Amino acid sequence: MSDKHDSHELPFWRKYIFSQDHKVIGIQYAVTGLLFLLFGFSLMMVMRWQLAYPGQPLPWIGKFFPETMMIGGIMLPEFYNQLGAMHGTIMVFLGVVPLAVGGFGNFVLPLQIGAPDMAFPKLNMMSYWLYFIGGVIMITSFFVPGGAAQSGWTSYPPLSVIAPTGQTLWLIGMAFLINSSLLGSINFIVTTVQLRADGMSFFRLPFFVWAQFVTSFLLLLAFPPLMAAAVLQLMDRLAGSSFFMPSGLVVSGAVSHASGGGNPLLWQHLFWFLAHPEVYVLVLPAMGIVGEIIACNSRKPLYGYKALVYSVIFVGFLSFIVWAHHMFLTGMGTKMAAFFQITTMIISIPSVVILTTLILSLWGGSIRFSVPMMFALAFLPMFGIGGLTGLPLGLAAADIYLHDTYYVIAHFHYVVAPGTIFALFAGVYHWFPKATGRKMSETLGKIHFWFSLIFINGVFMPMFIMGLAGVSRRLYDPIQYAHAQPTQPLNVFISMSAWLLGLAQIPFILNFFGSLFFGKKVNENPWGATTLEWTAPSPPPHGNFSTPPHVYRGPYEYSVPGQKNDFLPQSLPAGQAGAPEGR
Amino acid sequence: MSTAGIRFISKPHPVTGVTNSKLGIWCFLASEVMLFGGLFSAYIMLRTGTADWPRGSSLLNVPLATLNTLVLITSSVTMVMSWASLAMKDLKKYRMYMAFTILLGLAFLVIKGFEYAHKFENHHFPSTSTFYAIYFTLTGLHGLHVLGGIIVNLYFLGPGSALWKTNPDQLTGRVECAGLYWHFVDLVWIFLFPVLYLL
Repeated sequence: MSDKHDSHELPFWRKYIFSQDHKVIGIQYAVTGLLFLLFGFSLMMVMRWQLAYPGQPLPWIGKFFPETMMIGGIMLPEFYNQLGAMHGTIMVFLGVVPLAVGGFGNFVLPLQIGAPDMAFPKLNMMSYWLYFIGGVIMITSFFVPGGAAQSGWTSYPPLSVIAPTGQTLWLIGMAFLINSSLLGSINFIVTTVQLRADGMSFFRLPFFVWAQFVTSFLLLLAFPPLMAAAVLQLMDRLAGSSFFMPSGLVVSGAVSHASGGGNPLLWQHLFWFLAHPEVYVLVLPAMGIVGEIIACNSRKPLYGYKALVYSVIFVGFLSFIVWAHHMFLTGMGTKMAAFFQITTMIISIPSVVILTTLILSLWGGSIRFSVPMMFALAFLPMFGIGGLTGLPLGLAAADIYLHDTYYVIAHFHYVVAPGTIFALFAGVYHWFPKATGRKMSETLGKIHFWFSLIFINGVFMPMFIMGLAGVSRRLYDPIQYAHAQPTQPLNVFISMSAWLLGLAQIPFILNFFGSLFFGKKVNENPWGATTLEWTAPSPPPHGNFSTPPHVYRGPYEYSVPGQKNDFLPQSLPAGQAGAPEGR
Repeated sequence: MSTAGIRFISKPHPVTGVTNSKLGIWCFLASEVMLFGGLFSAYIMLRTGTADWPRGSSLLNVPLATLNTLVLITSSVTMVMSWASLAMKDLKKYRMYMAFTILLGLAFLVIKGFEYAHKFENHHFPSTSTFYAIYFTLTGLHGLHVLGGIIVNLYFLGPGSALWKTNPDQLTGRVECAGLYWHFVDLVWIFLFPVLYLL
């Protein structure tokens, strides 16, 4: 075919900007996602000033904010609420998911299954640009009158329905993001089902592909109800309907004009029907990345590969029937609470199976403490803390006390920040050589790792204590209530840790951009890994493989006895180089 | 083009038995089921949450909606006929049936437009009551889906059919996918009609 020839003739903007190549799109997604992570984190670093030193002017940068956000450097409550709502939205929908699914999924998945590209390259390009437009709309919303969305990342009505214009932009931005992930998930499912290389049976798929495959179904089926909810809320805001507005609602001392008859809980049901599977959209790709890195860096097969696969599928199914554990306090009744409590306890079983098999995979391995491995190893206890502290929240009785306190913040941040984001860092360090042909610096990587690990625990561990002391989340003034005053020194400590955590990301930024030009040049398989992406050149050309690969064995044939090398690539024919018969 | 050797674009996968686009459109329809499923669930929750939900037949125009149901079902038949003509290598008949499908789709939207206009004349808006709100939202979203289907069908009637000369199998496959979508939109109406107008 003349494709290779064609790709050289493509003008710059077709090759790198409006590209249809899954690798370019993956890198676009990853870089945009990383930038949004930094932006979302910066919002929080600003917020932390108000929490540590309430009512004091923000030094140095405070004077650059307009009067609608800060007066004399002192943050307005409305702006504080915007920062909180947009921090959550940006981190989840514009940072982690695009990096984990759009970035790693797009770049790695077709390579790992031996496909030349995604099944629908044009849809793939559209998916990225819809995401980009969604992100631009979200950022723009800070500059409209009344500012950005300020009803929390959950946008609970009736507050969100009567909020200023920013909320409308939030909904429109979400519509773009939902459609982006719809196109992406269709692409992942079809690519995985249809375009696997010859010999790549489902049980020879690397664990990462399984994780992405299940994640795609969650994106495909859980996001549309949020789209429905967004349409209904847009109708409420723009056409004056009352889907979420109850009769006789009093707003600022006056009875609302809305026709009434709506139900604010309807939003919560539709929102959490998305947002609980969304938790697994955040976590499963991270588990996939960690699985790949642990197998490669402990030089032995993953323990219980099939148990991992079945657990991931089981988690995927169950994640659709646990959503109302976010709503124990809505007066749903004990029978409903019991149901969702039981499903929530059941879903912890496959999660524990996954974590246990990953830990057992280390047993007896010859562990190589490379930077990706250190991040992957840190994921295990950090995610473990996040998961175990979730159990009291899944039990209605305990949740009544802990709901909407800092305990909840600490719990889900342990899952997502030192959990998922650490796994994503691991993935960046692991696949950077594949994307660029150069390795990232080990020294800078280790500095980044150790400081991040220390400070991120400094941020979130004290929040458990604050939460148990009964301090509510979303408080503009943390010392407003007497019961919150004794824990105020912790707030100062958390803020210090957060700012230091920000500084700890500088080595990563330097490393990321510096290694593009000065990183050590490596061959196509610097880690001695077995999966197919490491048999393609680094960086892989358009079309990925010079000849379509054929797969002869499972994904993790490390340290097979009697072999010259301690790894057997999936595409190495049986009998060649003394390889045993493929399974 | 930059398809770079992607397999199973026009020939089905020997194991799964479908082309990439057919699997893709089924995934898309699954997600659409969840979208309308979410909205129908919202309808159920709103209706069961209030004591005085009006009967649809007392507020909406049932004869016009019945006519619209017939129009849409007929368009589904012509859609199948157009795909079948293509499978039997008859491009002329394909064009004819496709044109019928598009005209019937437009007829549906025109009738719907008359219904909407009548409601607006009587000052019935989404802000009037939750019943009208869910009526306008569900039928409006469905109308947008019909419009989207018409645009896709227009493309396959016009510029899209140039593919017939180079890859007739692929065109047949594409029209089949468009047809699956069209039947889905039809099916949504089959649910909407009794739920909103009759119950």
